[in-house]
Amino acid sequence: MTLEVRDLRVEFPTRRGTLTALDGVSFSIAPGEVLGVVGESGAGKSITGLAIIGLLEPPGRISAGEVRLEGRRIDNLPPEEMRKLRGRRIGVIFQDPLTSLNPLYTIGRQLEETILAHLPLSKRDARTRSLALLGEVGIPAPAARYGHYPHQFSGGMRQRVVIALALAAEPRLLIADEPTTALDVSIQAQIIALLKRLAAERSAAVMLITHDMGVIAETAHRVAVMYAGRIVEVGSVRDVIHAPKHPYTVGLMGSIPRIAAKRSPLVQIDGAMPRLNAIPPGCAFHPRCVRRFERCFDERPDLMAAGASLAACWLHAAA
Amino acid sequence: MPLLKLERVSRDFDVSPPWLNRVLDHEPRRILRAVDQVSLDIDKGETVGLVGESGCGKSTVARLIVGLYAPTEGRIEYRGRRLQMIFQDPYASLNPRWRVHDIVAEPIRFLGTPQKVEELLRQVGLSPDDGEKYPHEFSGGQRQRISIARALAGEPDFLVCDEPTSALDVSVQAQILNLMSDLQRRLGLTYLFISHNLAVVSQVADRVGVMYLGRIVELAPAAQLFSRPRHPYTRMLLDAVPDLGMSGRPRTPVRGEVPNPLAPPSGCTFHPRCPHANERCRREVPAFIDGVACHAVLEGRI
Repeated sequence: MTLEVRDLRVEFPTRRGTLTALDGVSFSIAPGEVLGVVGESGAGKSITGLAIIGLLEPPGRISAGEVRLEGRRIDNLPPEEMRKLRGRRIGVIFQDPLTSLNPLYTIGRQLEETILAHLPLSKRDARTRSLALLGEVGIPAPAARYGHYPHQFSGGMRQRVVIALALAAEPRLLIADEPTTALDVSIQAQIIALLKRLAAERSAAVMLITHDMGVIAETAHRVAVMYAGRIVEVGSVRDVIHAPKHPYTVGLMGSIPRIAAKRSPLVQIDGAMPRLNAIPPGCAFHPRCVRRFERCFDERPDLMAAGASLAACWLHAAA
Repeated sequence: MPLLKLERVSRDFDVSPPWLNRVLDHEPRRILRAVDQVSLDIDKGETVGLVGESGCGKSTVARLIVGLYAPTEGRIEYRGRRLQMIFQDPYASLNPRWRVHDIVAEPIRFLGTPQKVEELLRQVGLSPDDGEKYPHEFSGGQRQRISIARALAGEPDFLVCDEPTSALDVSVQAQILNLMSDLQRRLGLTYLFISHNLAVVSQVADRVGVMYLGRIVELAPAAQLFSRPRHPYTRMLLDAVPDLGMSGRPRTPVRGEVPNPLAPPSGCTFHPRCPHANERCRREVPAFIDGVACHAVLEGRI
């Protein structure tokens, strides 16, 4: 396994008590595998990504559990070692390419610096490698664009540059947090195809965080569905999309509009995701669940076998 | 008689640098044509969807219709009583210092009764007690309900909705879309529904217009547009929508990006990305005939 996360718990101590943003999150990603992490705002999907790369906003902290990268524990590394790991072993792509690019440096310089910081190459080799990377991510005429600044690129092209940066040191794990959300649909399709191809060629493990189930369907092998700081269902993309097991996943899939010949009203889940300071006892989804029963009110379900997938729902408890 | 009629409407924006810079650098004025010769009829009770990528002019069309911009050329005729607009961001469009009942009653300040406000809140699925609260106490979806209640206060017959669900989570989006179609049925509303999301538009619209660089390139009944798209751009957009059914249907990969609207390509502005473009497409702007503006379609080449 490239990445293993066990019982991860993230807390935010505040003046009004401690908020638990993640509670008992476990998953793993194999080399060459794309794991989609899907959920609505506040589900904890971005916090999961940030916790893994050690970039939790203070006072947020990992209070329990462990994160292993290729077998080595990384959640307790000192900040300086973690910083070396990011970029070298873990590549990161955020939603807004402008947050990852320095507006004052040319993209060529940013690529070269990244490569020189992580790989034992000469300046000249770093430049050759940068140009090759830009070509690989589909920047037309890389040599001509090398000296350009980020603002001279369109949104889609900037995201390509960020992908080149993330891949510069051949990381084993790529964390992509909403990489296509800020892009137009025709550009989104191109970026998805690119990300998929490059990760497969390098057999890197990819954690793809998104709210868009369509992006997951196109890209991921397995998917983890998050709700209120926990994984409520995990399984192969095909199983989760075509035969969801958790009532939340069922509702989520039904609420996605599709282009279809026959129009039917969308399934709606009433209510909204609870805030962190008001997570209901028992199963956090029970106030909105149409299939709840007594056990759901006070006993919290962990992931259990449900068909070919795992679901955290008492409906699937062996009788 | 259509409820709303746009006749060859265009809108220019002056994006020139300041006068002194222009004089010193010998630069001419720069005009951006955001909407170019758009004609559109909307009948009472129907929902017309407008789709396109960022910068295609769809939001400018919305603002032209409600009078936030004046057209540079062309005419807009409206035969209904009142128009209202719903915006994308329910966080920015509600005054954070006002209680909800004041927000909802604002358009009917001099006519509104507390009963009327209660009825409006109930109509959008909120409880009358919610009127005492402030916007920050609500989630995004509930805030969009408040915007809808406010829009309905003046009893409009036409609602212009500019990306009304784009800032919302998908399960909340479903609640708002269902609410909107429910209100349409009960109150006989007419909608112009603007979105970049084709699946959302396919869910609500009776007819759909596709915009590219300020022009409508295709306009057709929704069922027809989504099952038999004609314009190459519409085909490309549909091919780009992620395939949730995982049917593995064959798709042509998308090419290129939207060009800079300050320097649009000659002829048909889509020609640099179009797989069917020929000499005529590079030279001549295609006329909008019979629901589509494309030389290749009209010549029967595709």
